[in-house]
Amino acid sequence: KNPFRCRSLPAQRKYMRSPPTPEMATQEVPLNETLAHLKTESETLKSKLEEERAKLHDVELHQVAEKVEGLGQFVMKTRRTLKGHGNKVLCMDWCKDKRRIVSSSQDGKVIVWDAFTTNKEHAVTMPCTWVMACAYAPSGCAVACGGLDNKCSVYPLSLDKNENLAAKKKSVAMHTNYLSACSFTNSDMQILTSSGDGTCALWDVESGQLLQSFHGHAADVLCLDLAPSETGNTFVSGGCDKKANVWDMRSGQCIQSFETHESDINSVRYYPSGDAFASGSDDATCRLYDLRADREVAIYSKDSIIFGVSSVDFSLSGRLLFGGYNDYTINVWDVLKGTRVSILFGHENRVSTLRVSPDGTAFCTGSWDHTLRIWA
Amino acid sequence: MTINTLAKGGCHREQMACFRKVRLLDHVLFGCIYLFLLLWCSTESLHLGNMLVKYGYIYPLKEPRCLVLRPDESPYRFQTPYFWTSTRWPASELDYAIYLAKKNIRKQGELMEYEKERYSLLHKRINHTWDFVVMQAREQLRASKQRRKADRIVLECQEQAYWLINRPPPGVNNVLDTGLERPNSFSCRVTLVSDFIIEACRKALGRNRVKSSICLEGFLKYSEQYLNHDPIMQGCLPSNPWISDDTAHWTMNAEIVPVPTRLRVERWSFSFMELLNDAMGRREFMTYLEKEFSAENLYFWQACEDVRHGESSKIVEKVEDIYKNFLAPGAARWVNIDSKTMDKTLEGIKRPHRFVMDDAQMHIYFLMKKDSYPRYLKSDLYKNMLAKAIVPQETKKSVFPFMRRQRHSSPSPAQTATQAAEEEGLAKGAGANSAAGSHF
Repeated sequence: KNPFRCRSLPAQRKYMRSPPTPEMATQEVPLNETLAHLKTESETLKSKLEEERAKLHDVELHQVAEKVEGLGQFVMKTRRTLKGHGNKVLCMDWCKDKRRIVSSSQDGKVIVWDAFTTNKEHAVTMPCTWVMACAYAPSGCAVACGGLDNKCSVYPLSLDKNENLAAKKKSVAMHTNYLSACSFTNSDMQILTSSGDGTCALWDVESGQLLQSFHGHAADVLCLDLAPSETGNTFVSGGCDKKANVWDMRSGQCIQSFETHESDINSVRYYPSGDAFASGSDDATCRLYDLRADREVAIYSKDSIIFGVSSVDFSLSGRLLFGGYNDYTINVWDVLKGTRVSILFGHENRVSTLRVSPDGTAFCTGSWDHTLRIWA
Repeated sequence: MTINTLAKGGCHREQMACFRKVRLLDHVLFGCIYLFLLLWCSTESLHLGNMLVKYGYIYPLKEPRCLVLRPDESPYRFQTPYFWTSTRWPASELDYAIYLAKKNIRKQGELMEYEKERYSLLHKRINHTWDFVVMQAREQLRASKQRRKADRIVLECQEQAYWLINRPPPGVNNVLDTGLERPNSFSCRVTLVSDFIIEACRKALGRNRVKSSICLEGFLKYSEQYLNHDPIMQGCLPSNPWISDDTAHWTMNAEIVPVPTRLRVERWSFSFMELLNDAMGRREFMTYLEKEFSAENLYFWQACEDVRHGESSKIVEKVEDIYKNFLAPGAARWVNIDSKTMDKTLEGIKRPHRFVMDDAQMHIYFLMKKDSYPRYLKSDLYKNMLAKAIVPQETKKSVFPFMRRQRHSSPSPAQTATQAAEEEGLAKGAGANSAAGSHF
């Protein structure tokens, strides 16, 4: 039984690679191989891989960064506070117009704001609670969201005040467990999703068809981010299995995998050049992984930081890494030197989501204290 | 069969790893607190101390219900390890009922309003074990009477602090709320996962890696190049709209403007992708290519992007259009692709799918990147653009800093898009070329 319900058109089915279902995959394993044998083989290969990776590691990032000027006093304040959600804010995303945002919360409400004026422009009530994922379409004409309903739905934004947004809702993705993250690709036509069922999937918005699915995580997948590359074909995902995987969107293959975190990875974000990505985890650290060197190159942590990171994002130049933490604070890290530049206070409960605006003028945080804040 | 039902056992997952860290600090907790007291002026240590109070490792003596670390001389006491949150006891309804019963018996009317409500709720819910609850409460009270008064009071305080954390009063955040449960690892999928790991490791072993020193230098270069373009690092001109309430910065950097800013035009020279991602940059580049009689390359690339990211239902139609306009012999905008790629593409067009133009598109992309793009940057067209580009004046801080500028709203992208679609509809009716209408 295929875990995904495919609403594909018969003529196009042959061009869609259907993923091996878990049941099929186990049948492919030779019957005489025991679990233990597989495990030892994977362990040996893993240590061999670590050896190979270490061979080319001739210098640390902070050593290379010694010649770079240190950052001075850092002042960032809350410039806007967006109040209106009745419960924990779980996710937010920026519109390409650099001032609008969409946010979703535990009580099922999804709100579109003009963050500059703090006006609410649209509001939708989802039929489920815990809307953990929301995303703004590149055109600015629609939003996607989902959560405990295991689906990702797209709502075209209507400017008719009388029209009920829920009426035009389009159900796009269908998973077998909660939706943890979603993102539009380069256009309004495709959505990438990650789910508690351990998989990621690429969907066609118009038809709801599954275009590609990505298997390889051993537990819930919590986050994903699309690569800003020229050929635009990869993305990274992080999960409860402590792994961050880089995937090829065309083939569904996992190209690279990194496992150095000690707990769930809550957030992954590409470095602006696309050559690296950062991750934030429940183990209270943020880490930087370089894709060409194929290894972790920096850890951002401090003894006094003992609470998990819920979300991370880079400033426009990639020099700063912002992390939202479960102890209500935001820590700002110097990506190159590995030191903390600043700690920002303001929220009265966990910071659950953090995104830098498209032009880098500010970043927005959402929190369990029901508010969103814009910092600049 | 859903994956959920397969979850059995699973390994221990650290969801609140912070508690594990505090346990490791157990024996040095005294030292830590002492250090905090010395560093009172540090906001961070105050914050961390506050967290310790919120999670019940230290409790206030004066106002037990106010779980805040005050930077004055208010007395606090360490919670006994027995009641530490890191022990992760279930704190069941039964335990809570016994606690409330004890409080009730000890001193009539000592229960707060919300505690009274909860007490009666529990009385209804676990009525079948109520005798046990009252009996336990009485026993514990009797045992405590045999202690010294001082010890008894301390124990009462500790227990009260414990329950303030585990059953917070209404309106107070429940710090033990960890959000949604995340199902444990799917141990039954281990065979599948081991397969993936082995496969992934084998692939990774064969991969070409780059030396760290080279990769890391890349980060330095990138950060330096983009430093002036990072508003959070260097500020932005004329001012950051979020700080000054003035949207001039956004107006000057809108998608299409008569004269772009200098920073924006400079950015086009950072990489080919930067040029193409900017609508104005792309337009300028198109103008240049038309002068060079190689504009078909950019049109082709745009058409391929449209196939890759557009609606699935239009793929066949779009691929046909591309063939007619760019690949067919004698086509109006014939693109120069090497024969191998051309053959492969033509073969693929027979059964069109989303990625059928990928190879050809990449070929043309790299052709433009290696050839036309560098020449464009050296051309007069670009140089003039750079010279004309404006450098906005920094807005001086207003004379009356308390007067807030009015924050104007802007038209929603949804609105401008609907208008544009209507206009395009009209243009289509007039027979215009639809390929020129893509806007990425």
